[in-house]
Amino acid sequence: MFPTPVQQRSAAWQSTYAALLPLALVLWLLPLLMVALFSIKPDADFTQGNLWGLPSSFAGFENYTRVFTDSAMPRYLLNSVFITVPTVIGAVALSCMTGFALGVYRFRGNIWLFFMFVAGNFVPFQILMVPVRDLTLEMGLYDTRLGLVLFHIAFQTGFCTLFMRNFIRALPRELIEAARVEGVSEIRIFWYVVLPLMRPAIAALSVLIFTFIWNDYFWAVVLTQGVDTQPVTAGITAFNSQFRAAYHMMSAGSIIAALPPVLMFFLMQKHFIAGLTLGAVK
Amino acid sequence: MTADPDIQSKSWWARNQMRAAPWLFLAPGIAFFAVYVIFPIFQSFQISLYRWDGLGEARYIGVANYEQLFDDPAFYTSLMNNVKWLVLYLLAIPGGLFIALFLNQQVRGIRLYKSLFFFPFVISQVVVGLVFAWFYNPSIGLLNPMLDLVGLGPMNVLGNPNTVTYGIIAAGLWPQIAYCMILYLTGLNAVDPEQVEAARLDGAKGWKMLWYVILPQLRPATFIAVVVTVIGALRSFDMISVMTNGGPFGSSRVLAYYMFEVSLSEYGFRMGYGAAIAVVLFLIMLVYIAFFLWRMWREEREG
Repeated sequence: MFPTPVQQRSAAWQSTYAALLPLALVLWLLPLLMVALFSIKPDADFTQGNLWGLPSSFAGFENYTRVFTDSAMPRYLLNSVFITVPTVIGAVALSCMTGFALGVYRFRGNIWLFFMFVAGNFVPFQILMVPVRDLTLEMGLYDTRLGLVLFHIAFQTGFCTLFMRNFIRALPRELIEAARVEGVSEIRIFWYVVLPLMRPAIAALSVLIFTFIWNDYFWAVVLTQGVDTQPVTAGITAFNSQFRAAYHMMSAGSIIAALPPVLMFFLMQKHFIAGLTLGAVK
Repeated sequence: MTADPDIQSKSWWARNQMRAAPWLFLAPGIAFFAVYVIFPIFQSFQISLYRWDGLGEARYIGVANYEQLFDDPAFYTSLMNNVKWLVLYLLAIPGGLFIALFLNQQVRGIRLYKSLFFFPFVISQVVVGLVFAWFYNPSIGLLNPMLDLVGLGPMNVLGNPNTVTYGIIAAGLWPQIAYCMILYLTGLNAVDPEQVEAARLDGAKGWKMLWYVILPQLRPATFIAVVVTVIGALRSFDMISVMTNGGPFGSSRVLAYYMFEVSLSEYGFRMGYGAAIAVVLFLIMLVYIAFFLWRMWREEREG
């Protein structure tokens, strides 16, 4: 193991390390801790200049409740769900198929199609912005959640195909060959042989795409406007102008907006990290 | 004619499925990707040769948009800021490696520590931007009281054209370091313990060990870290939009933001000019995309 395990070092170093760990963590999360502290303070603390001390009274419950009762935040959260979940399903479904096709079959142009998906995935969004906005307008889907979902599915298919294809490549080919010898049709091979083996990849990808789409801001402001369609990343701007300079409310609102992917991460940590670090080890 | 009964009884599908199946599976994915990603790239190239407000008639003006770009000081400010982003964002890689080395231990609760160090990456950039904007805020932020402790004067990071871009980059580094850290933690996990022991017997330790024994084994992690960091740097948009709106006086714009502003600002939509900026950004990115594909192609041929 590198670096040398602390257990093999001197006692002094061991206790230094034990003390450094929490200290480093607090420093690392300091800006976030500041916002968390703000979010449980009452309004009075800000007017009286009690910024960093303990809250004069615990107002966390009140502040967070107000986020849900006095603002459009629930709408935005719901929009985010209705944008994120269909995108995850759509992108994962499409890429299971493209990944299977590119990972299992040998045919001319295979590698070029694969490269097309990979390259498209790295493109800066801005080169797509004007035409995609125009296309969405023409289809009558501007300022609808569906318009946003369709684009997200298409764009995420690039990354998802890269992911799925590499995963399928690593599966044992003998299983597929054996099924073919038995005369099983290709579609049934996909459905009954390969898909069950892809479960870990599907889980990892779903968690990742959920996070990416939930956190999207650029396309939300390009393709939607207003409370009926915008996800929470875009809605937080409206929320903040509603509570201008009310830092306890803005802090609580931001934490609510950031929470779903954080929960997703802590609940599905294994899948999340497996997905993110695919390829980091040879 | 005595045709093989076996062949005749089989349907077209049964005979051709090996050739047809991949295209069947690819069709929906390719259709989506072509309509929303591939065609728009070419359309942007085309639109960049027009003057167009997004509604009325587009007028062909040749390379006039690009000529205007070369005389546009805001374009150069954005380009310079993109260079700053690219260079400084790469600090996420040594930063992530450093934290990964610090956390690569087996003590009680270390898993929770790793998760807590990582989770800024999961927070949306919009919220990271807000959090740091408040952190820097001269009247309520924690930064100035902290600077005061070490005897440094108060500063308004986001209000000063000379510091604003660095302030936003620092905020952007926070989740990016977390990302690189997790890549390296995974890489360190897979380092061959026998090689480490052998090197230790040879007297290697500390920096020498890291440089000659560990880092070469971390090369796949480093490669991915470079790719995602470069792309992240060139995509930077959310934080700038949330923290400064490109200000003060447009000093924190990058190409991605300037393009958005030109195309969809309140002062009239200039889609053609915006598309020209996007094309420049795309060409910069193309260098990295080509490099990445070239490496992948080489690996495919070996594997």
